[in-house]
Amino acid sequence: MKAIWSITKKELLSYFTSPIAYIVISIFVLLSGFFFYSLVWWFNTQAIQMSQNPYYFQQININQMVFAPLFHNLSIIMLLMLPLLSMRLFSEEKKMGTEELLFTSPLSVIQIILGKYLASLIVLSAMLFLSAIPTIFTFIYGNPEPLPYLLGYLGLFLLGAAFLGLGVFWSSLTENQIISAVLTFGTLLLFWVLSWAGYSARGLWQDVLNYLSFFEHFDDMTKGILDTSHLVYYLSFAFFGLFLTHSVIQFRRWR
Amino acid sequence: MIETERLTKKYGDLVAVKDLSFRVEEGKIWGLLGPNAAGKTTTMRILTGFLPATEGRARVAGYDVFEQAEAVKQSIGYLPENVPLYPEMTVESYLGFVAEIKKVPAARKKAAIDRAVEITGLQSVRKRLIKNISRGFKQRVGIAQALIHNPKVVILDEPTIGLDPAQIVEIRQLIKSLKSEHTVMLSTHILAEVTQVCDGVVIINEGKLMASGSLEELTASLSENDGVYLKLEKIDGQIQGVFQQIPGLKNIQVEGPEIKLEWPWGLDLRTKILKLCLDHNLAIKEMRPLSMNIEELYLKIVSGGMEQ
Repeated sequence: MKAIWSITKKELLSYFTSPIAYIVISIFVLLSGFFFYSLVWWFNTQAIQMSQNPYYFQQININQMVFAPLFHNLSIIMLLMLPLLSMRLFSEEKKMGTEELLFTSPLSVIQIILGKYLASLIVLSAMLFLSAIPTIFTFIYGNPEPLPYLLGYLGLFLLGAAFLGLGVFWSSLTENQIISAVLTFGTLLLFWVLSWAGYSARGLWQDVLNYLSFFEHFDDMTKGILDTSHLVYYLSFAFFGLFLTHSVIQFRRWR
Repeated sequence: MIETERLTKKYGDLVAVKDLSFRVEEGKIWGLLGPNAAGKTTTMRILTGFLPATEGRARVAGYDVFEQAEAVKQSIGYLPENVPLYPEMTVESYLGFVAEIKKVPAARKKAAIDRAVEITGLQSVRKRLIKNISRGFKQRVGIAQALIHNPKVVILDEPTIGLDPAQIVEIRQLIKSLKSEHTVMLSTHILAEVTQVCDGVVIINEGKLMASGSLEELTASLSENDGVYLKLEKIDGQIQGVFQQIPGLKNIQVEGPEIKLEWPWGLDLRTKILKLCLDHNLAIKEMRPLSMNIEELYLKIVSGGMEQ
């Protein structure tokens, strides 16, 4: 664990001594704040109108009207931004020749991969934490249900973890950071559109395509439903990304 | 300390190293010499565990490179050809990071950094960012990271490449000073570096071993005779007759202001020559060994004059 942490510390230093982490986090927090403000403003106007009718008054739900769409928007921003966090993880080591230092150290390849991945998860957590600060005010001035809110953030974290797992894999294949980011972005888009294909498919295909899509799993979590199949999906996706990274690195050395 | 046995590395159809067997003794500086693309870097990468070999065995510091990889990596300090530096780190934090991944215990980390900084003379740039220091200092940082865990074996791939002449001299001095505590193997294609720094060489070409041994041994095995060039204050027509008095001399040849004296390997006639000069009042201005210089030796070996 100590060895993994050494790599993580070094990666965090690299993230925060270059502008990339600051830019990604700032834009994410800015956009998240903008969406949150717009949704709260829209919710207020809707709530005033709906409160005039006792039937509609029952329907007012801040979780469904503010947080669920907010989390969806954030998940799309993450799809666009997280490839920028994962792109340099192995690509840069390859380009700078520092992978020779890492792979001739007594650390195992698994420890090196986990150390780097953990650093990207820490930056993701910081991103999500900072974006969550304004939303805390809804608990002070309103009474949203905490479970769907917390599961929504857990869902975002798991989604991000899966995105980053895939990003680490692509960064291990190329020394060009741009190529790494574009490949990650392209693959994530492909998984995103799988759910669209799922709508037109029938029977087993529909189930398979829906299961593979990132956002089908995410929907349930924003509604406060935690199914183990969602956890298994995201964790196995991240694990698969890291497993492929390990295979790529070993293959490159053994071929 | 370093031993390879029929080491072979293939990249697809390309054979980078073929049946390479050599031995490097403890406490010596050994040069891995060869033209570009001879397989030097591949050999070093195999020894450091960065690349696996296709066939053959290698042992470093008593451990098998393939079966005891972690122990080998712990025993080796390695400076790759492209110095592996993180420009955004300070020299100190970089060395601290390397100490951690080389598993230096936390309690000894600071002392390890201090020692590496002192050996490599990095005190003045210790707190500076790596991206802001000169090329020579970067090279020193590369050597410092290779020494940080006090390894038994230090492997340096082209340690002086791209440096200016003053920096080259400094780095060579530094490498020479490592001999007291480490076994050093360095790759180079600069022949002067071998004569100035190394105790012995492994010469490879196209992935194959051409020769290995100390410089004296190699010279001896490649030339039939030993001898000296003698520069005297005055050379006259009688001089050849004077030296013919020494038994064992095989060849006496006047070349301009010098006399070339040769005798078979195994003899050493230098004392007798000096005594003769004194007896005949011949003032000696210069006396130097006849042995092949490194360039001649290298060309003879690499051009196929010798293959082991």
